[in-house]
Amino acid sequence: MTDLRTHAAEITAQFSDHLDITEDEVETKLQQLVSEYKVPIDEARRSVTNSYLSDAGIERDEISRGGSERVQVNDIDADEQWVDLTVKLVDLWEPRSDSISQVGLLGDESGTIKFVSFATSELDELEEGTNYELSNVVTDEYQGRYSVKLNRTTTITEIDDEIEVGDNAETIEGALVDVQSGSGLIKRCPKEGCTRVLQNGRCAEHGEVDGEFDLRIKAVIDDGADVHDVIFNREATEELTGIELEEAKQLAMDALDTTVVADEIRTDILGRYYSVTGPTLGRYVLANEFSELTGPADPEAVLIKARSI
Amino acid sequence: MSQSDSSQSISREVSRRVFADEFNTASYTFKESDDERAPVYLLLPTGEQANRVFFVGTLTEKEDVGEDSEWWRGRIVDPTGTFFVYAGQYQPEAASALRELEPPAYVAVVGKPRTYETDEGEINVSIRPESITEVSAATRDQWVVETAERTIDRISRFDDEANEYARMAKEQYGDDVSAYKQTAITALESLESTDELGGPVDGDAETAEPVDTNPKP
Repeated sequence: MTDLRTHAAEITAQFSDHLDITEDEVETKLQQLVSEYKVPIDEARRSVTNSYLSDAGIERDEISRGGSERVQVNDIDADEQWVDLTVKLVDLWEPRSDSISQVGLLGDESGTIKFVSFATSELDELEEGTNYELSNVVTDEYQGRYSVKLNRTTTITEIDDEIEVGDNAETIEGALVDVQSGSGLIKRCPKEGCTRVLQNGRCAEHGEVDGEFDLRIKAVIDDGADVHDVIFNREATEELTGIELEEAKQLAMDALDTTVVADEIRTDILGRYYSVTGPTLGRYVLANEFSELTGPADPEAVLIKARSI
Repeated sequence: MSQSDSSQSISREVSRRVFADEFNTASYTFKESDDERAPVYLLLPTGEQANRVFFVGTLTEKEDVGEDSEWWRGRIVDPTGTFFVYAGQYQPEAASALRELEPPAYVAVVGKPRTYETDEGEINVSIRPESITEVSAATRDQWVVETAERTIDRISRFDDEANEYARMAKEQYGDDVSAYKQTAITALESLESTDELGGPVDGDAETAEPVDTNPKP
């Protein structure tokens, strides 16, 4: 098949639900633009596609794109990409608007991602715990968090394979450049299932309560190119700093001030290099595994790189 | 779904890795927007914007140069030159670290570049530290390797057409970055000549700590 023929076939396929056109006539139109009018093929394709869009009276996002890419959910890192997924429906949530037919969580080996299906797309409903091949879904981004939107071109195929859903684990390395406020010895709301961190003895939900002490670190790890927010829970904080919760309470009591614990932690960890592995939760990486990178530093590889440029 | 301007969406500025010789050559600062509170960037000669830096070196001297209140100046040396840090009452953590540290000591610094014009009309650049912590020789060596790599990466992108900061750097500082490549190589070679445990460099024996894998025994 010639290049033009391939493009013609793809365009014809995109409009198969909307227009009665043949590959031959699409190819003729492309041919005319490319050979007679010397238009580059990408531009020719765009122009032909646009004329069919207006013939069909539809918008660009209503036709399927050729060649959406097969990806894993945790690899999605850009807005408005057309992708194919093999996923399990992990969880369905209550839609907050009539325009949304389904909303919930899809997962594959790499992790989970939110999905939305709109009522106007008239798609079959997905069922919890079932595994699917989803073709032609579009990625979306909101405040750094990614989701996928199903749309009217999306095809849903139920599959028998059982998908093991991963935890979006990520490994980052870099220097620990900040220990943020809210780190160290904190108090949490004791109400069942709340665990909110208290501000001046108050829970945002339950008001003044008798809080329970906990330890955590909100840190920033930075490799000179990217910045990551990392959370160390109590267990991780104790392992990282060697300060146990009881000791932290004692430190705070002696100083009549809880901030001494965070100060102590800062002295212990700021400016060192760490490797941290854990699931991502919004913008945070939860430090399930970590180690300090204590070298010895190996200059060889960088020297070779430096001498080669 | 509508976008909102929540503070969470404002991303933190990355800490650039730059050796002292390149940092001290920089003098040109700029903003990316007209907003009064927009971040100020120092333009690095190898073509990168720096609103924050991270470096590790040897604190060789400290002095309280303040008149009415504490104003600490520290000299921190890396394999290529000297960083100057200034911390006063508005940097209480860094100021108290400088007050308590005994030079010589290996320290890690996170801070913001600041420029000022001398009476002779020269632009000098220093660092206003957010934090200063004492670290081990191994951490210092890691920083040297990492910073050499980041510097080399910037140099290899220096002639990319699309690299707007490189274009700015060529205008401000000229287009010869070979000196920074050379200092990166010299810095790396200085590590090779030290012992395998990342031990003392240039006779700073008293500051060398054993590789500390468990900071709080």
